[in-house]
Amino acid sequence: MILEIDNLVKHYGQVRAVDGLSLSIGEGEVLGLVGESGSGKSTVGKCVLRLTEPTSGGIRLDGRDITHLSRRAMRPLRRDVHIVFQDPYSSLNPRFTIEQIVGEPLLHHGIASRRAAGGRVAAMLEQVGLRPEMRSRFPHELSGGQRQRVGLARALILAPKLVVADEPVSALDVSVQASVLNLITDLQREMGFSCLFITHDLSVVEFLADRIAVMYLGKIVESGPTAQIFAEPRHPYTQALLSAAPVADPVRQRERRRIVLGGDVPSPVDPPSGCRFHTRCPLAYDACRTSEPALTDPRTSGHPVACHLVTADHVPDAAATR
Amino acid sequence: MSLLEITDLTVDFDTEDGLVQAVRGISLDLGEGEILALCGESGCGKSVTAMSVPRLLPPDTTRLSGSVKLDGRELTTLPESRMRQIRGKDVSVVFQEPMTSLNPSFTVGYQITEVLRRHEGLSRKAAGARAVELLELVGIPLPARRVKEYPHQLSGGMRQRVMIAIAVACSPRVLIADEPTTALDVTIQAGVLDVFRDLRDRLGTAVILITHDLGVVADIADRAVVMYAGRAVEQAPVAELFARPRHPYTLGLMNALPSAAVNGRLAEIPGMVPSPLTDPDECAFQARCGRAQPDCRLRRPTLEPQLLDAHLAACFHPGGQS
Repeated sequence: MILEIDNLVKHYGQVRAVDGLSLSIGEGEVLGLVGESGSGKSTVGKCVLRLTEPTSGGIRLDGRDITHLSRRAMRPLRRDVHIVFQDPYSSLNPRFTIEQIVGEPLLHHGIASRRAAGGRVAAMLEQVGLRPEMRSRFPHELSGGQRQRVGLARALILAPKLVVADEPVSALDVSVQASVLNLITDLQREMGFSCLFITHDLSVVEFLADRIAVMYLGKIVESGPTAQIFAEPRHPYTQALLSAAPVADPVRQRERRRIVLGGDVPSPVDPPSGCRFHTRCPLAYDACRTSEPALTDPRTSGHPVACHLVTADHVPDAAATR
Repeated sequence: MSLLEITDLTVDFDTEDGLVQAVRGISLDLGEGEILALCGESGCGKSVTAMSVPRLLPPDTTRLSGSVKLDGRELTTLPESRMRQIRGKDVSVVFQEPMTSLNPSFTVGYQITEVLRRHEGLSRKAAGARAVELLELVGIPLPARRVKEYPHQLSGGMRQRVMIAIAVACSPRVLIADEPTTALDVTIQAGVLDVFRDLRDRLGTAVILITHDLGVVADIADRAVVMYAGRAVEQAPVAELFARPRHPYTLGLMNALPSAAVNGRLAEIPGMVPSPLTDPDECAFQARCGRAQPDCRLRRPTLEPQLLDAHLAACFHPGGQS
């Protein structure tokens, strides 16, 4: 396993952003971490990169426990894990040229001299589909899609084992998004890195991810192979999420059974008792309010779910109540 | 006669870089109780087109020509004092960001009653009672309690419902909604779209929905206008548009969606949008178009009826799947 997260907890004061989460990513695997605002999905990414200090739990990167490594001890490991941010506008230093931005990790880790870095940068820029003359440009001279390519080039120039991508295409128009998604697919096949792909957009992970983990209020409610999650979502929240995303086909969209969730997402300061989803779940019954369901796989199909209603021979249908 | 008729509208903005030609001659109409989607990618002019109806464009730097008629009355030449009576009463607007459009220092109830007292001349008491009704209309639970709360006490979805309640307080003929669900989570978006549908069905409100999301268009719109580089390139009833897109750009947008992937690849639209500063006499899309012929560079195509009279496309070589 390239990444193993075991019972990760991250509290910001009273806010229980991540509250006991376990997941793992194999070599060359793309895991889509899906959730809505406030689910804690970005906090997971920050903990993996140690951009924030986990409250408790364990994070292993390529077999090595990095949960509480010092900054100094962490530094050489930063070659192995890199991040691509959502906003290509604010994540690139406006005073640096593209060559400096992309080559910076090489110099920082003392991997290449300034002169040798130039060649590596040129090759990397070509790999992400940017013309050589872009090297001397500044971020403000580039379009959003080009900037996101620069972000990818910088993240990949050290050939990391793991890339954390936090909503990397959410700020892009659909035609630009398509080319960046194709590029990520190509680069992942060529370079073989593992990827924690964090997003709210189900259609993007359906396209890109090998496996999906769905988060709700700091916990994973369901995970499994992408095709299986889309074909047979088991958790009522996953079912609601899939049914709420409109499809670009008016005939199908208007015939779909939709699950409209009542109420708001509860505050992560004071999450509900029992199952955290029970306040909005159309199927909730007494046990859901008092006892918290564990993430288990009663059907032993590599598709664990945290719901009292899922048993070896029963999968709930949240749409059936309407 | 249509409720709203926009004819040959052009909007230019004076900027440091020169005259930005945001809208380059668009004509469209909106019927009573119709939900019309204006769609396209960033910078296509969809918001500027819609905001020229209530005249919410910066007066100092905007140069506008053409005609905007509401119920046969010309709005572009009305004195500002008359326009103020129309804004919020006959034409009202819901913006993308509910947090920045609500005043944080007044209760939700006050912000609704303000509109009612100003435009409808209601007493404080009558307006207060109406505010509770309006919150109920937009699906806010416990409306009598919510009117006393401040915007920060509400979730994003609830705030957007409050914005819609304010916008429909005076039963406007036309409601302009600018990306009203883009900042919301998908499970919340479904409920807010239902509010628009419900308002149209119950009050007959006509809606101009500005969106980049073809899923939203498929879900809720009766008719859609696809814009590119300041012009309408295609318009049609929604079922027809999705079943038989005729303009290569419309088809490109649909094929670029992650859900339209073929063999693990997305169809990209090569190239970039043309400069907003120049407007050569050619098809604005020809440089990016797989169907372009020499004549596409010689003059600009105009909207022509396609297989249905109600289906218009501006293309010399329209067609189905390319």
